[in-house]
Amino acid sequence: MDLLSLTASEIASKIRSRELTSEEVTAAFLERIRRFDPEIKAFNEVFSDHALAQAKEIDTKISKKEQVGPLAGVPIAIKDNMLIRGELCTCSSNILTGFRATYDAYVIRRLRAAGTVFLGRTNLDEFAMGSSTENSALRTTRNPWDFQCIPGGSSGGSAASVAARLAPLALGSDTGGSIRQPAALCGVNGFKPTYGRVSRFGLVAFASSLDQIGPFATNARDMAILLQAIAGYDENDSTSVNHPVPDYSAALDEDLQGLRIGLPKEYFIEGLDADVKKAVQEAIKVLQGLGATVQEISLPHTEYSLAVYYILAPSEASANLSRFDGVRYGRRAADAGNLLELYERSRGEGFGPEVKRRIMLGTYALSAGYYEAYYAKAQKVRTLVKHDFDEAFKTVDIIVTPTTPTPAFRIGEKVSDPLQMYLSDIFTISCNLAGLPGLSLPCGLSGSRLPIGMQLLGKPFNEETILRVAHQYGKKTSWHKQIPKLGVPA
Amino acid sequence: MSITKKDVDHVARLARLTLTNEEKERYTAQLESILSYIEKLNELDTTNVPPTAHVLPISNVWREDRADQKHLGSTEDLLANAPEREGPFFKVKKVIE
Repeated sequence: MDLLSLTASEIASKIRSRELTSEEVTAAFLERIRRFDPEIKAFNEVFSDHALAQAKEIDTKISKKEQVGPLAGVPIAIKDNMLIRGELCTCSSNILTGFRATYDAYVIRRLRAAGTVFLGRTNLDEFAMGSSTENSALRTTRNPWDFQCIPGGSSGGSAASVAARLAPLALGSDTGGSIRQPAALCGVNGFKPTYGRVSRFGLVAFASSLDQIGPFATNARDMAILLQAIAGYDENDSTSVNHPVPDYSAALDEDLQGLRIGLPKEYFIEGLDADVKKAVQEAIKVLQGLGATVQEISLPHTEYSLAVYYILAPSEASANLSRFDGVRYGRRAADAGNLLELYERSRGEGFGPEVKRRIMLGTYALSAGYYEAYYAKAQKVRTLVKHDFDEAFKTVDIIVTPTTPTPAFRIGEKVSDPLQMYLSDIFTISCNLAGLPGLSLPCGLSGSRLPIGMQLLGKPFNEETILRVAHQYGKKTSWHKQIPKLGVPA
Repeated sequence: MSITKKDVDHVARLARLTLTNEEKERYTAQLESILSYIEKLNELDTTNVPPTAHVLPISNVWREDRADQKHLGSTEDLLANAPEREGPFFKVKKVIE
């Protein structure tokens, strides 16, 4: 069986028709993980035994002709900031050492119903704060295309696992680009749905007004099936929206005749890598060839998005992360003299440098005397950023941009300068501020054979148009079928 | 905006974070650099612009105020994660002298 060339939906149908068993498929992916993950370091933990047990259970159900879900028997990797009952959840932070989830996140519950097999927990920048996985307290994941390079972040482990075909599917979370940026840098599809489309219940909160869970896969059809499996209203998340979920797979096949594409001039700027620019322009020509029309648009407040984000996200994070106090779970500092010292030392010792930096920044922005100047100001500019998109979507159906200004950078290259690191998310952040759906898909390789991603931004709750564009583009091109050679001998 | 080490001390106290001297020095410089980038927002006049807290037009989502063991786990499961416990309680240092 050539697993590498099979999509998740093909795997699902072969398992359903008993051409393959879930046990065979799961064992094959576990074997690839065993062989390649010691170098790539995508996983914080591999559920070797649990995964095989889950797979056998599914196989038994299928052999008894019992009802099974649409992804029955298909393995999936889960970012290590979502709760899986009974499993550890670390957020790649020392402060959660030993923490075991007492319940399933909403998306995990839905995936159980869909029949997936959980392969393991994937690495991330600590508490999803970062763009490279270098902020993980546990390990730095390597880009499967070049082991000297970062995979992007924060969902770098999930992106790398799908890129290296260690898993056919993965889940990530995206607060300012944490699904789309690593998807672009690893050469896979990654989708941040509309804010409110997927429940955040059981996702460890970073910035609650921006966080959203979404799928990773190698192709648009698998993205549609996985999104279908996790989208929908959940009463346990007060920001989950009770809006009908369309049939995403059914929407893929419609052509692109008359689709109106907007190209924001603020995204095709100086400093954009020449290979990236060329690849995205070529991709746009392909879309035009499929019947889409293209017009230049303007999103005039783009240049302010990063500043808005670096007030709002750390402010929300400083409040959300106050729960890690060494009392109810996680790491507690030894020998603290009193309760205040116990809090301060547990947190000071348990959090890593980037998390502390953001807690400090957020606490400063929310502190007496500065709230109006920073937090309130940023909330107002957020309104302007959102308004730009509302105006643009009056004349276009979808917006196309590069996902990142450059291909993957080298491990260590940006660690000492936080602002430079933050700038690698410059094209993905506005989408979170406006709450829009955004998908990154592979559209080329750079001169040094590193993947390049194209970003598709859509109207709120119009995931199906984005998936349709990705699918139609994928039918005409083969970038999504490129598999990294992996820098270790077979 | 100039950030001093005194500001960093104050904020670290508010955030309940013990920082080493080296961390304090590093964060003083880095916060200053990030905040001076953020000053960019003052180029914009936002006098009549309403704030956006989050993008959805929903507010005041209520539920009954009761423990939800079905979704969150049993008391025993939750206590099993505690660094220190005594019976059905989380144990902390003495709060009232």
